[in-house]
Amino acid sequence: MAREIPYIAAVNEAIALEMARDDTVVFYGQDVAPSDEDPLVKSFGRDRVRVSPISETAEIGMAVGLALAGYRPVVELLMAEFMLVAMNQVVNEAPRLRYMSGGRVKVPLVLKAGYGFTAGWAGQHTGSIYTMFAGIPGLKVVLPSTPADAKGLMASAVRDDNPVVYLMHYLLVLEHGDVPEGEYLVPIGEAAVRRPGSDVTIVATGWTVGKALEAAEMLAAEGIEAEVIDPRSLQPLDMPAILESVEKTGHLVLADQATRHASAASIIAAEVAEHGFASLKAPIKLVTAHDATIPYSEPMEAFVLPDEVKIAEAARQALGAAPVTA
Amino acid sequence: MSTAQPADVLGRDEALALLATMWRIRCFEERVAKLHRSLQVHGLIHLSIGAEGVAAAVCGALRVDDHVYSGHRAHGHALAKGAPMDRVMAELMGRSDGLCQGLGGSMHLVDEAHGLMGATGVVGGNLPLAAGDAMAAKLGGSDRVTVAFFGDGAVQAGHFNETVNLASLWELPLVFVCENNGFAEFTPRSAHTKVESVCDVVAPYDFERRTVDGADVPALHEAIDAYVAAARAGRGPLLLECLTHRRRGHYEGDAEGYRDALAEAEWAKVDPIARLQSLAYECDWLEGDGAAQAAFEDDARAEVEQAVAFARASPPLAPPQAAALVYSR
Repeated sequence: MAREIPYIAAVNEAIALEMARDDTVVFYGQDVAPSDEDPLVKSFGRDRVRVSPISETAEIGMAVGLALAGYRPVVELLMAEFMLVAMNQVVNEAPRLRYMSGGRVKVPLVLKAGYGFTAGWAGQHTGSIYTMFAGIPGLKVVLPSTPADAKGLMASAVRDDNPVVYLMHYLLVLEHGDVPEGEYLVPIGEAAVRRPGSDVTIVATGWTVGKALEAAEMLAAEGIEAEVIDPRSLQPLDMPAILESVEKTGHLVLADQATRHASAASIIAAEVAEHGFASLKAPIKLVTAHDATIPYSEPMEAFVLPDEVKIAEAARQALGAAPVTA
Repeated sequence: MSTAQPADVLGRDEALALLATMWRIRCFEERVAKLHRSLQVHGLIHLSIGAEGVAAAVCGALRVDDHVYSGHRAHGHALAKGAPMDRVMAELMGRSDGLCQGLGGSMHLVDEAHGLMGATGVVGGNLPLAAGDAMAAKLGGSDRVTVAFFGDGAVQAGHFNETVNLASLWELPLVFVCENNGFAEFTPRSAHTKVESVCDVVAPYDFERRTVDGADVPALHEAIDAYVAAARAGRGPLLLECLTHRRRGHYEGDAEGYRDALAEAEWAKVDPIARLQSLAYECDWLEGDGAAQAAFEDDARAEVEQAVAFARASPPLAPPQAAALVYSR
C-alpha cells in the first residue's frame, strides 16, 4: 500500500528498514541523531547510529574500512560539497579498492548528501557536482527526484556491493508523494519515463525533473507533446531508454542544474551524438546552469539556473517552432 | 623504557623465525630492484630495505585474522603477513596469477585471506580505512585487532589527525605503527615539522605510545606484542613509532641527490638483519661458522627465484576480464 509522505521521510524510512533488515548497516555523520530519543537510536542503539565530528576524510575513509570488514555503512555528509575535502577517500579509495585488488574485496557503502540547493545558499552549498563522482569508475551515483524513488533508491544503494553516492536535492525534501509501505526497491540504472510524449524528449535529472514536467505542461498547451525521462542514476546511466525515446521523437532537450561543462547533459549529448545521431532531426539542446558559481542575489541566481521557461523554450527551438538564438 | 635484555624478550625460535622473515623480504626486494632495472617489473616501486624488522616483528605478533593496512612501501608488510611470495612477485610483474590479477601492482597489494586488507598509494590515505576496520571488529564483538602502517610523512597530513581523533574518541582496537625513516619522500623531517617525535603529535589524545629503535628487533617484538595484547583487551588505540633507516631512495630510480649514502659501517648499525644476527651469535642461537646464517639467505633466494619463475609463467589478464572487475555485481 502506498501512502503520501514527504521525500525526506521516505529516505529515513528506507534507512530504518535496511537497518532492521541487516545488522551490518550502520549510519553515522555530522549531526546524525544527536538525541538519544531519536527513533533510529532507540531502535538500533548508539553503536550503529553515531554522531561524528566534522572529519569528512575520516568519516568516509572509515566507511571504506567498515565495508572492507563486512559492514554496510551509510554516511550522512549533509552537503555534496563537504565530500570535496575528502576527495581522496571518495575517488581514490572507495571506488578503486575492488578493482585494484583484482576483485578480491568489495566496498559497499552509501555517501548521502544534499546537492544543488539554492534559495540564497550562494556559492559553496549549491553545487550540482555529480559528474565529478559519475566520472569515477567504481562509483555509482543516484539522484532520486520523487519520494518513492528516494526510498527505493536508498534501499538499493544500501544493498549494492559498490560505493554509491546518493544525492538528494534539498528543495525536494519536503515534497509529498505516494510511497509504497514496507520493502520497496528501485533498481539502480533504470530510467523512468515521467511523462510520455511523441514530439520531443526532455531528459532531466533530480530537481530539474519537476521543472521539465512543468515545461511539458506549457508545451502541451501549445500542442507539443514532450516525453520526460528521468535517468534516476548517472552511473550507471540508462542510455538505451534515452536512445529509444529519441528514436521515437527525433528531438532532444537535456535539462540539468549542473554547470554546462560539468553536466550530465553534456555526457548524454555525447552518447546520443555517437549512438543516436541517425534519430536526430535537429541539434540537441542543453539547458544547464551557466558556467558560473551560484550567486547569492535572487535575480542573479535565477539567471544562472535552468527553469521551466528555459526548458520549454529549448524544446520549441529544437522543434523549429521558435527562432534559434545564440 | 624497558631495561630487559634482548635475550629475555625474544626466544631462540622467535628470533630465528623473525630472521627468516627479514631475509625473505630483503632478498625479495633486492630481486625486485634488479627486475625493475631490466623492466621486468615496471612502474613505481618503493623498497623497504632497512625496515624489515618492523614488518617482521609487527606482523609476527598478529593472528591471521588480524588486519593490516599498508601504504606505498608494502612488500614487506605483505610477505610478513602471509601473502604468498610467488603471487606477490606475479603481481609486481603484472600477471594474472598475481595477488590482485596484476591490476593493483606494487602499491596496492591486497590479500584479505591473510588479513592484508588494503595498501594505498596516497600517503596516509589508509589511516581512516584502518580505523573503520577496527570499528568493524569492535561492532562485531571480535577480539581481532587492526594495524595501520604509515610513514612519518603521513603525520603532517589532515587525515592522520582526523583518524587519531576518531580512533581515540571511539576507543578502537587499532595500533598505529609509524615507520619513521626521517624522510618524507625526498626531504627530511626537519623540513616538514618542528615536532621531532611522532609520539608527541598524539600526546593530547592520551593513549599509550612509545618510540622504539626500528633496527632493534627484540625491542620491537616486546613493544608490539604488548600493544597488540592491549588493543585486543580493549585498550586501543595505541601508537608505536619505529625509527628506521631507508636504505634505498624514495622509489627505485631515485637519484637521491638530497642525502649522503651511509657508510657500510654505519649501515651495519642500522640494519635490523645484521643486528639480530649478531645477537643470535651472542646467544648461541646460530652456530659460529656462519652456515646457518647462509642457509637463511640461500633459502630466501631460492624461494625468490621460484617466485620469479612462477610469475614468468603467468600471462597478463585478458583486457575484457579486467574491464569486468570495475563493479561488483
